[in-house]
Amino acid sequence: MPTVSMSVNGKQYSGEVEARTLLSQFIRDQLGLTGTHIGCDTSQCGACVVHVDGRSVKSCTTLALQADGADVTTIEGLAKDGQLHPMQEAFRENHGLQCGFCTPGMVMSAVDLVNNNPNPSEETIRENLDGNICRCTGYHNIVKAVKAGAQGMGG
Amino acid sequence: MADNGIGTRTVRKEDQRFLTGKGNYLDDINRPGQAYAYFVRSPYANAKINGVDTSAAAAAPGVVAVLTGQEMAADGIGPLICGWMISSKDGSPMNAPAHPALAVDKVNYVGDHVAIVVADTYNQAKDAAELVEVDYDELPSVTDTAGAAAAGAPQIHADIPGNICYDWELGDKAVVDEAFSKAHHVTSLDMINNRLIPNAMEPRAAVAEYDPGTEDMTLYTTSQNPHVCRLIMSAFLQVAPEHKLRVIAPDVGGGFGSKIFVYAEETATLWASRRVNRPIKWVAERSESFLSDAHGRDHVTHAEMAMDENGKFIAMRVSTIANLGAYLSTFASAVPTYLYATLLAGQYTTPVIYAEVKGVYTNTSPVDAYRGAGRPEATYVVERLVENAAREMGLDPAEIRRRNFIPNDAFPYETPVVHTYDCGDYPKALEEALKLADYDGLAARKADAQSRGKLRGVGLSAYIEACGIAPSAAVGALGGGVGLWEAAQIRFNPTGNVTVLAGTHSHGQGHATTFAQVVADKLGVPYENVEVVEGDTDKGPFGMGTYGSRSIAVGGSAIMKAADKIIEKGKKIAAHALEAAEEDIEFSGGNFSVAGTDKAMNIGEVAFAAYVPHNYPEGLEPGLDETAFYDPLNFSFPSGVHIAEVEVDPDTGVVDIIKYSAVDDFGNVINPMIVEGQVHGGIAQGVGQALLEGCVYDDDSGQLVTGSYMDYAMPRADDLPSIDIGMSPVPSPLNPLGVKGAGEAGAIASPAAVINAVTDAIGADIDMPATPLKVWQTLNSAKAAAE
Ligand code: FES
Ligand code: FES
Repeated sequence: MPTVSMSVNGKQYSGEVEARTLLSQFIRDQLGLTGTHIGCDTSQCGACVVHVDGRSVKSCTTLALQADGADVTTIEGLAKDGQLHPMQEAFRENHGLQCGFCTPGMVMSAVDLVNNNPNPSEETIRENLDGNICRCTGYHNIVKAVKAGAQGMGG
Repeated sequence: MADNGIGTRTVRKEDQRFLTGKGNYLDDINRPGQAYAYFVRSPYANAKINGVDTSAAAAAPGVVAVLTGQEMAADGIGPLICGWMISSKDGSPMNAPAHPALAVDKVNYVGDHVAIVVADTYNQAKDAAELVEVDYDELPSVTDTAGAAAAGAPQIHADIPGNICYDWELGDKAVVDEAFSKAHHVTSLDMINNRLIPNAMEPRAAVAEYDPGTEDMTLYTTSQNPHVCRLIMSAFLQVAPEHKLRVIAPDVGGGFGSKIFVYAEETATLWASRRVNRPIKWVAERSESFLSDAHGRDHVTHAEMAMDENGKFIAMRVSTIANLGAYLSTFASAVPTYLYATLLAGQYTTPVIYAEVKGVYTNTSPVDAYRGAGRPEATYVVERLVENAAREMGLDPAEIRRRNFIPNDAFPYETPVVHTYDCGDYPKALEEALKLADYDGLAARKADAQSRGKLRGVGLSAYIEACGIAPSAAVGALGGGVGLWEAAQIRFNPTGNVTVLAGTHSHGQGHATTFAQVVADKLGVPYENVEVVEGDTDKGPFGMGTYGSRSIAVGGSAIMKAADKIIEKGKKIAAHALEAAEEDIEFSGGNFSVAGTDKAMNIGEVAFAAYVPHNYPEGLEPGLDETAFYDPLNFSFPSGVHIAEVEVDPDTGVVDIIKYSAVDDFGNVINPMIVEGQVHGGIAQGVGQALLEGCVYDDDSGQLVTGSYMDYAMPRADDLPSIDIGMSPVPSPLNPLGVKGAGEAGAIASPAAVINAVTDAIGADIDMPATPLKVWQTLNSAKAAAE
């Protein structure tokens, strides 16, 4: 089996994987980082979003081998020194989550959105989050949270 | 009001772990040495099984076992059950087919379960499942609701002629027909309540473990009601005796009804884990969820409303065919009967109502409760009829409602369809909603839209629901096989902090926060010192779980009762310590004090005294730990008015929701932030039903056409508007918190509001989902007809 190495949340990992092993499987099953969720099998729901070299990707649609040598951040790596990331804080303050299952992917997508667009309008937020499905919140409070998170991130 | 007490927008305790990836969902649980399960499912909608050859699969790499329905039956594992008996018009009991967890000689829908393959890895189990050879004789199938009971339709279960489960009625047909004969005007409508697939974002899953030493079994499962799951598994399915089975529902990623039921997969996984003497994990792929999660709705209805010359409703008549799917799921039979027809009075004084419901089997996934369960279907029928009646009679849709509302002085109000409403102020909610929606400015907005070539419409929905499910005796009288009380335990620990153990289950509702607010407020302990524990049959009392917007109304009441017991005992302890008479002890803000003095003891000190009873009342048991069971006196009846305003682009048929206004009466609200979130989410699901979602089976083959997120349109962020919410509370007099429940309201109210708005805009009738194609076709066929 081929070996893959990558940095995940600032720590270096390597491991043997089958060629068909997905990045999401590697992160969850081999590294035990279960914050990244699997909500579908057609690359539609966004529960699995992580950052690879600073850009958001659906880890269920990326082979682990494709991330060889990459710098990966998962939801577990977002808070620093026990301090929630401003986007995490904004989701909490604005009740942007209910069951929490979509939340890791939603937050990772939202951070990427704001990285690319520091001061997004409601319309921009709604358009940009259309790769992330949430069945609980109706998105109303997610949109509010992303706006507040953008401000918190200094937008 | 305490900082985190009742009525405050307290941020949630559970969010820290969810936001940092530390939640504990089913797929995050792994047991040492676990194997993995994958199910062999029927590719056919209706087929006879001649034989199952498992030999090649069993010989595949890593395979531990391949088990079929034959082996399950031989082990005495009983069929899945439906817990609600419905009788037909003629008094005969419903026809319930055998529902083996693994099929024995016949499969009845695409996705039906044939075998469980257990292997060392998930991929090995999945690969080996391909090697199971099933010899099928494919039979013709029927998936269509209206056609299932038609003459010549394929027969699904040999012992159930005409595919009819029941032909049920409520009300006196002769009386209603008589009233119709005197009507000034009759409005009638044919409606389809489209079939939905619940799609909680966490797929269903199970991890089962057997301990050969103690013979204990543990099932981790995505359940809204773990205690009920255990009861069914032991009493009916005989998988394990109740005292040897522990069911744990950890963090669960949404339910919406779909995780109430006991399904084939967790049953087979638990059974197999004992057979192979290894923990087994099964996690559904989303495609499997589409195929075999219980679906929702799926009614075909003809309904009529009779009016006098003033637009007063004098009678209503409803005839519905309800698709139950291939088998009866856990509560399926009750949904289109007692959870549906009993709500047809709506908020109105309609004096006589007749409803008949034919429950039919089809070659589709079983249909059961989905957010609202019967009540959205009822509201859709009532509110579309009312809106159309207003238009046909030239009345303002708000005005026809005003004329027919149950007046405030009529409560408690007994409707002609079973329920007695406790309280409400329907006119007030209507006026507040009209204001929130700027109803007065509508004409100008319509004119403006017209000048831009757009069609603007507004739709109202004045909904009612029966929540706080439910008084046990009433449920029993209607055929329910369970009691529907709730239980809670408040345990003061010796150091004064508090563990609340509840029989409900949170899968997004925020019980860890809300229940802690209630206890902190009632007992005067710091909110931070209250921990809520749910979801484990080994922890806390038996409870009935979370569904039907019952957790605060029934579970919250059980917590209040347990708190009363704590206070009562605390008074005895304090009286002794303070050398006063028990009658002189007052409790407030966490302090027991002697009336008229400054002598006091706080509840933490009382708890310590209870566990270190050195100076303690004679004969009183040590400890401060009280359990209460609460059986509600009645259902609760949340209500409200939702108003949707849409704009339709006649060139594309696209419907844009411009404004959505909701005014709800949930009684007292513990945490407005959480309740508003529930309303938002419910509305999103209702808007999804109205505009986007629809489960489609291919008529010929019985294949599920909408089997993934590429074919089934889930509402996404850019499909929905921002939502304006107002609260118009009339506290319920029937429970100690004055609450009514809020979880389903949005999904109940919104489909009618949106479709009423769309039909107002396009001037023609339309069925859900009102997709751009359907709207465009409707507009163009209306145009063609006019030309
Ligand atoms: S798991 Fe659904 S998009 Fe990756
Ligand atoms: S919070 Fe449950 S799916 Fe988004």
